[in-house]
Amino acid sequence: MYGLGIMSGMLITLKNLFRKPFTIQYPEEEIPRASRFRGEEFSWYEERCTGCASCAKFCPLGIIEIITSPGGSDIQEGGSYAIDKFDIDIGRCMFCGLCVEACPYDALFMGSGFEKSKYKRSNLVIPLEELKSSEKRPSTWFRPQLEAKEYNPQRGEDLSWDEVGR
Amino acid sequence: MPFRTEPVTVNIGPQHPSTHGVFRLRVTFDGEIIQDLEPVFGYLHRGSEKLAEERTYTQVVTLTDRLDYVASMSNNLAYVLSVEKLAGVQPPERAMYIRVIAAELQRIASHLVATGFLLQDLGALGTPLMYCFREREKILDLFEMLCGARVTFSYMRIGGIFQDAPEEFWPNLRKFLDEMPHNIDDYESLLTGNEILLSRTKDVGVLNAETAIDSSITGPVLRATGVEWDLRKHDPYEIYDRVAFDIPLGTVSDNYDRFILRILEMRQSLSIVEQCVEQISDGPIRTEGVPNLVRPPIGDAYGHVEGPKGELGFYIVSDGGIAPYRLKIRSPSLINLTAMKDMLVGGKLADMIVTLGSIDINMGEVDR
Amino acid sequence: MGPITEANSFYSSLYEMFTGLKIAGVYIIPEWLAYFLAGFLMVFAIINTVVIITTVATWAERRLIGRFHNRLGPNRWGPFGLFTPVADAIKLLGKEDTRPEGVDSWVFNMAPIVFIVPTLLVFAVIPVGENTYVANLNIGLLFIVAVTTIGTLGMFMGGWASGNRFSLFGAMRAVASLISYEVPMVLSIVGIVLLTGSLSMVDVVEAQTIPFIFLQPLGFFIFFVAASAEMNRSPFDVVEAESEIIAGYHTEYSGMKWGTFQLGEFIAPFGVSAILTTMFLKGWEGPVLPSHLWFFIKVFFFWFILLWIRATLPRLRIDQIMAFAWKILFPLSVLNLFVTALEVLIWENPTITQLWTMAAINWAIALGSLVLLSRAGRSKISTRAVRFGRSEIVHDKSGKVN
Repeated sequence: MYGLGIMSGMLITLKNLFRKPFTIQYPEEEIPRASRFRGEEFSWYEERCTGCASCAKFCPLGIIEIITSPGGSDIQEGGSYAIDKFDIDIGRCMFCGLCVEACPYDALFMGSGFEKSKYKRSNLVIPLEELKSSEKRPSTWFRPQLEAKEYNPQRGEDLSWDEVGR
Repeated sequence: MPFRTEPVTVNIGPQHPSTHGVFRLRVTFDGEIIQDLEPVFGYLHRGSEKLAEERTYTQVVTLTDRLDYVASMSNNLAYVLSVEKLAGVQPPERAMYIRVIAAELQRIASHLVATGFLLQDLGALGTPLMYCFREREKILDLFEMLCGARVTFSYMRIGGIFQDAPEEFWPNLRKFLDEMPHNIDDYESLLTGNEILLSRTKDVGVLNAETAIDSSITGPVLRATGVEWDLRKHDPYEIYDRVAFDIPLGTVSDNYDRFILRILEMRQSLSIVEQCVEQISDGPIRTEGVPNLVRPPIGDAYGHVEGPKGELGFYIVSDGGIAPYRLKIRSPSLINLTAMKDMLVGGKLADMIVTLGSIDINMGEVDR
Repeated sequence: MGPITEANSFYSSLYEMFTGLKIAGVYIIPEWLAYFLAGFLMVFAIINTVVIITTVATWAERRLIGRFHNRLGPNRWGPFGLFTPVADAIKLLGKEDTRPEGVDSWVFNMAPIVFIVPTLLVFAVIPVGENTYVANLNIGLLFIVAVTTIGTLGMFMGGWASGNRFSLFGAMRAVASLISYEVPMVLSIVGIVLLTGSLSMVDVVEAQTIPFIFLQPLGFFIFFVAASAEMNRSPFDVVEAESEIIAGYHTEYSGMKWGTFQLGEFIAPFGVSAILTTMFLKGWEGPVLPSHLWFFIKVFFFWFILLWIRATLPRLRIDQIMAFAWKILFPLSVLNLFVTALEVLIWENPTITQLWTMAAINWAIALGSLVLLSRAGRSKISTRAVRFGRSEIVHDKSGKVN
């Protein structure tokens, strides 16, 4: 009969009128993110990094720029280079995580936030000092040892370099 | 005394609220009846096939994400299957099961987008669109748990998937599988009996089976004409030969059939995921001995999957190095587009937009 | 000074106040000036009320459509987002008033005004409370029908003067649907007039011993649909179909001219709801609450139903709209008129029981015609079965294919 289809459609719309809305009001509330979320800040541990530049070689876009010189402090894996420049350009990064996959020493991790916008494009390059001094909340992407420890970067704890290795 | 009228050529330009992406149509009208139609595309060409020749096989996975940006997992799967065929690598069981779960969830997400935007084009002011996107958010949350990103995943690797599903994935997947059939029922009752929808989409944009087969059309558009052809059954890959599901077929391929077909396919995908969740067992997720820089032997291979929009295929020619020598993408949206002229000549302006929505094209795939 | 002597308490009290003003014992305001000032204040009050309620209605519409979509509407400016219309107005006033090359500037500039004025004129004859009206025209209904037709002329002027092919499409569609829907609308109004015995809106409210919605179901339905089509509201909004012809007749307008078109679009549902309440739901009458409040509640009820329909249904194509008007609404309205005329002839001054029998007969005829129409159009509304292809491959737990 004419009208029945329209009637049932309108009843569904009315049912949705009384449902709690699905909206999350940012910035007062935030959606809880997964622990594997590939965020914008990179977590880099200088105690573990040897300057091998596998991450730079493996990036599809070539945005990691590493300049090293021989010498440097000894860390547990043996000899390493002194790192003069380590720039990650997140203005062109696609956050695919291939650099994290390539790192053999578990020194580079994806971050867990997404609020790193700046007003100028040149400010989007993360220099070495900022990588050294930022808070380290590594995402558990491609790091099963962090998941075995049930670490969740969204809870807001930092990890130091001796806790993140294999 | 007959009126003397003149046909008018109008450019439904690249910037338009409802051509899905940057797509241009040159249409010749006589009043409101369409006489001639010419699609012009290429506004989103990014040179994916050429870029792939400069990247290693694993890095090309990130390129394939961005082809059909609504259904990334299917693109990844097609590419990885063709490289595995070339290199002779067989992924382990658990990897295949999780791949199929991801692909079927992605099919549901892509059909939700197609349905929502079709109804938006029909003028329902966004209400069904919001409901469809609400469900899609839940699927994207599941994918975020799996691989950390919501739209461009890069989840599959040559020889398996790159990381196993976390602990919290399975209970959430269970919750999703329990809720989704009710939501699909809601969509069906909101839409299928609606007289306005029926009168707008029935017998509009009809395509017959011979034209479809002659134009190499695949996917839901072909199945709506009544031809029974689904790669998951007729050329099974992964573990599709171990799950039981039906293929819905249409009778007359008009907009209504294509629209209902997608909703029925969503239900079938849900049952496939349920069976995979029952059958899955523990094991490794990546084949041993496949290096990060894969060097397949010299030769060529063609691997294809049944994507949500049709048959998506990758043809790879390798010369033994770390990057493909040539990568050719057979994109379903581009080939499905070519039948538009047959479907639309003789129809009206309002029907053109609805028919374009029901073929479900995605400009990332068309232009590559 | 005719109308003032009637029992229009607001108007007459204003008139008394003005003529009674004395400074140093001398009456300063002559009669003609008091007449003019009282009328001006009355009109000023009603138009401002309507426009302010409409701006609040833009906020309410966006919030309610958001809730229909299971999301929140605008809620950032002010408590609950109540200052959003103010923000909209400031934005529109600050925009550049574009004028494309090749437009006919006189017609282009006049079109928004021609569009919005008739929507406000309707409120001149509607009684918004007990004895509260601007004018009690004894041809009130005819005035309303005549005035609402001018709005479409504004649309056509806008579409033609823009010099854009798509706008002209939209304007043509508007004129075609207007012509199609005038006839059923007027015929359904004639049904009400037969029952009332006069064309004046105040008499229509007073003549309803039981609300006319019970007595005239077909008339209500036809008037509802025809009025929605006249004001180009979903599901009949092909004129401004966003996905097809971008924005129809107001594509080339920007700034406050576009704002005027939108304001007219939003005042129109209130006008139509007000007409529907006076004609079918007894206007301002109600038991306990003051009459203005009852009127407002009933108008809001109809407005909400119009909004609900807008949020749910997709839109019809232009040829389907015209077919619906001529093939379905027009015969139904003639049938309604015939039956009402017969009933008024048989029962001259009906008592309550006779009124209820009339209502029952009318409802039976309405439902019967709906069933007959559905039978006739059965092929169009049956959902064709999409058949399934069975899979021959049987599921086997060990992984082997049978």
